[in-house]
Amino acid sequence: MEIPKTFLGYKREDGRTGTRNHVIILPVDDISNACAEAVANNIKGTIALPHSYGRLQFGADLELHFRTMIGTGKNPNVAAVIVIGIEPKWTKRIVDAIATTGKPVEGFSIEGVGDIDTIARVSKKAQEFSIWASEKQREERPISDLWISVKCGESDTTSGLASNPTVGNLMDKLEPLGVHLCFGETSELTGAETVCEKRGKTPEAQEKFRKTWSSYNDFILKEATDDLSESQPTAGNIAGGLTTIEEKAFGNFQKIGGCKFIDVLEPAEEPTKGPGLYFMDTSSAAAECVTLQAAGGFNLHLFPTGQGNIIGNPIEPVVKLTANPLTASTMSEHIDVDVSKILSREMNLDEAGDELIKATIKVANGRLTCAEALGHREFVMTKLYRSA
Amino acid sequence: MAGTDIIIHDEKDNVGVVVIEKITPKQDCDCWIMENDKSVKIQSMDEIPLGHKIAMTDLNEGDTILKYGHDIGKVVKSIKKGEHVHVHNVKTKKW
Repeated sequence: MEIPKTFLGYKREDGRTGTRNHVIILPVDDISNACAEAVANNIKGTIALPHSYGRLQFGADLELHFRTMIGTGKNPNVAAVIVIGIEPKWTKRIVDAIATTGKPVEGFSIEGVGDIDTIARVSKKAQEFSIWASEKQREERPISDLWISVKCGESDTTSGLASNPTVGNLMDKLEPLGVHLCFGETSELTGAETVCEKRGKTPEAQEKFRKTWSSYNDFILKEATDDLSESQPTAGNIAGGLTTIEEKAFGNFQKIGGCKFIDVLEPAEEPTKGPGLYFMDTSSAAAECVTLQAAGGFNLHLFPTGQGNIIGNPIEPVVKLTANPLTASTMSEHIDVDVSKILSREMNLDEAGDELIKATIKVANGRLTCAEALGHREFVMTKLYRSA
Repeated sequence: MAGTDIIIHDEKDNVGVVVIEKITPKQDCDCWIMENDKSVKIQSMDEIPLGHKIAMTDLNEGDTILKYGHDIGKVVKSIKKGEHVHVHNVKTKKW
């Protein structure tokens, strides 16, 4: 198949391209959720991104909070941003960082004003942003403006057999075209960590991966009450035929095809070394992982599932694929691409990869994903440790 | 093409995965190697359900199981070609 050289996206002020055109109302902290949701309810064409944290965090945990907030605002799928916080200082820090993209952004703080007047003031600005964004038109943009993140969930043996290798096939075809790619899930690479490390393109990338994985493994060994053989693989994994953590990890690892990663990113860190594959240090929990990847600037997500994970994200469209014929029929409203014919050999990996590329371009052009149509907007901050 | 009973990821693999509801003892199974699109045959020794693994060769205690072309664990009880490969005869090398 000849891969299209372009897609229809929203060109942003900083040169990046969005596959979506959201106006977001971003609360800095948990107690500003009510204001943000009230504004999004008042003003059509805006979405609020409520979450649970943002107070009394410190150190690396606070930095990750800021990185996630700022990265979410900077994501090219976002046309304009309103930031609401309880106090002005942290609010301003987020506003100033998002403003470096050149997109419209405005911050509001609630202290000394109260919810009701804040909602009124913010609603006026949100209305202005919403109408402004509605005039933006999609235009032809190079395929290399796609930044694709991947993560699998509710995996079973069909994931490692077919849906993950389908994503790997897509990566092998899109990497040479200059697309940015990202995989994560530090924990679920256990067993494949030495093979994964060798996929680093440079000694620096390999060493960074080794340190990142070891740090995770040390944490597990410190916190675990047993050796994890009871939970990795899970009883469900074993019933489905997965025997060892290594087998599960290699199934997961199929998603990157034959690609090599050029750098290892902190959670929510934006890649800066040009096109190609990146590894991001993330949890293997679906919503946390995709939220971090979206904050890293990725504008379209591919999510292979076995038993049927239903996750979505408020700003990054999540395309779901499955090779499990039962999931494809019983949960069809969640599945964008059905590759179960690989198992019956009516479709090969090359054909499945092409189908996934077609679906990816359609979604990049604006076709709603199943998760978007169903209203899945899971926005989940990763918390590193207890607040002060 | 219809009629594939077992899929093998990589030519080097010594196990395949059952992709029909189940295979029964003495069943002649058609296997497909994904890596190079080749076909091979095997006769099963056990009943093996969907998603579970079959030994493509005789395996001795201490041997390494290869799937995806990689080490996914060690044999802890010898396995004959065509037998079910799972937690009863294979263990992780990790913990």
